[in-house]
Amino acid sequence: MKSNTAKVAAPRKKGRLMKRILSCWQLYVFLLIPLIYLIIFCYGPMTGLQIAFKKFRAADGIWGSPWVGFDQFTKFFNSYMFVRVLKNTIVVSLYSLIAGFPMPIILALVLNSLRSDRYRKVAQTITYLPYFISTVVLVGILTQMLNPRVGLVANLYRMFSDSEMPNIMASPSAFPHLYVWSGVWQSMGYNSIIYIAALANTDPELHEAAEVDGASRFQRVIHIDLPTILPTASILLIMNCGNIMNVGFEKAFLMQNNVNIETSEVISTYVYKVGLGNTVTDFSYATAIGLFNSIINLAMIIVVNTITKRLNGNSLF
Amino acid sequence: MKAKKNNEYVVGQRGKRRMSKDDRIYYTVIHIILGILLLTIIYPLIYIVSSSFSSPTAVSAGRVILWPVDLSLEGYTAVFQNKDVLSGYGNTILYTVLGTLINVCFTMIAAYPLASKKLPGKKFFMFLFTFTMIFNGGMIPTYILIRDLHMIDTIWALVIPGAISVYNLMIARTFVQSSIPQELYEAAELDGCSDTRYFFSMVLPLSKAIIAVLVLFYAIGHWNAYFNAFLYLNDRSKFPLQLILREILIANSINNSQIVDPEIAAAKQGMAELLKYSLILVSTVPVMCLYPFVQKYFVKGVMIGSVKG
Repeated sequence: MKSNTAKVAAPRKKGRLMKRILSCWQLYVFLLIPLIYLIIFCYGPMTGLQIAFKKFRAADGIWGSPWVGFDQFTKFFNSYMFVRVLKNTIVVSLYSLIAGFPMPIILALVLNSLRSDRYRKVAQTITYLPYFISTVVLVGILTQMLNPRVGLVANLYRMFSDSEMPNIMASPSAFPHLYVWSGVWQSMGYNSIIYIAALANTDPELHEAAEVDGASRFQRVIHIDLPTILPTASILLIMNCGNIMNVGFEKAFLMQNNVNIETSEVISTYVYKVGLGNTVTDFSYATAIGLFNSIINLAMIIVVNTITKRLNGNSLF
Repeated sequence: MKAKKNNEYVVGQRGKRRMSKDDRIYYTVIHIILGILLLTIIYPLIYIVSSSFSSPTAVSAGRVILWPVDLSLEGYTAVFQNKDVLSGYGNTILYTVLGTLINVCFTMIAAYPLASKKLPGKKFFMFLFTFTMIFNGGMIPTYILIRDLHMIDTIWALVIPGAISVYNLMIARTFVQSSIPQELYEAAELDGCSDTRYFFSMVLPLSKAIIAVLVLFYAIGHWNAYFNAFLYLNDRSKFPLQLILREILIANSINNSQIVDPEIAAAKQGMAELLKYSLILVSTVPVMCLYPFVQKYFVKGVMIGSVKG
């Protein structure tokens, strides 16, 4: 490993390089355990991706199973689930982006214009709180609040109406809204941290000068505060666009039930079901679906990274 | 620092001159917006706390609106009598402590050489790490690997596969690189200090702030995680708290109880609901308690991470 990288880095200055490498052998020893971990647990599964192009048989293992080319992929593209999971994934993540992106900015602007330091601190702490709630508890709270018999919403519903409340958790059309807005509720405060920090670095002289010129507080927000956070906001927006096909398994899976499955089945939950969840599982097919998703994600991130590099001159990774 | 100055200035201004009409409207509007936001965030939390301290009948009759009704601790008694919850709690503490320990050790020993100025091949190693952030083997190949390593149904399946979060590694590396002066290293080197000794007697003591951030991020991650346990554990006695919570809070909520007598059914239902509220609180309070102590580190950590994510 050592000499290999050395060759890549500078093939000509071999003698001096060897000396440099030897001089920091202790650092390589430090790196050894993390690297072994990385190779086994991060790069190891990547070798397993080959089963996406194979017909996996447990007896033959990953390496011994026969190749089938792109069969698994064509099977997925031709299946009726393809359009459904693709659509659900994009709907949920686009909606999350549209709803979730402006909220932290608004929150940061509002918090920043508060004049009482104490109120600001208390408000900030409150908005961070939901971030520490686990996904299981978050979905548990949702289920509890929306329970049609004993939930909080049901109690309010009964005050205004005689009819029985519908079960919102089991409604296909409500799933995207619940998913997105519970996410906004949970992470708005956390996501505003970076904007608040950017606002704290505004030059106070700008505000002083504007005020001398008779600008109102609102005008100062629009013409001073907003432009201050615009660069941060645009980078975050572009980065989020790179994750548009990346809807996590955890929350969607917990919010799923037999009734809302037609809108709640996203790619990651479908991969789980095909590969591990059903009684008859198909490792190869599930891996192919997952790989399809990963490749789109990778492509999006590379595109996004190129765009940010052009815009602000330094790449994100 | 600058924010403070800005603020003092604004406060001073307020004393000098009355607000204009525009400003008064503006402040009213932002107070209303913030009020609504804070209410929507805090109200569900207050409702859960209040419900958990109410009696089962009050909960099932929907009499809890803001404050506890018929103050009682029945929910908590039920939670602490539930064997699954107790074993889940114990398991979660074990997984969190061991997992965080492994995480922080691995992250620090990787961050130190990667922050060094002189290490040949550093860029290549960095690429090896960052590439895993944007591409990975996915759920099924990882599962096959864990299975082939015979880690299914062991604690190792929960603490080893995510031993290093590359994002946290970047935070730690940035910190070591930027806040420990290079002169210190040169001075130590002149005095004949080896890289290993430098790590233990200089880098670690000077990295307390970042270690606090790492402990916080990793520990919360372990405490709240259910996915790995859900995939890799079959043995109920090893389930962490979040998996038990999932069963009680979510999985069972769809099924109706089959008891016919409406009075018993109502009481049972009330108790079941109460248990859920108490459980939510019992499982979340440890994390919330941790938070105020490390708040300053937390914000700092987010900021370091955002400089070079």
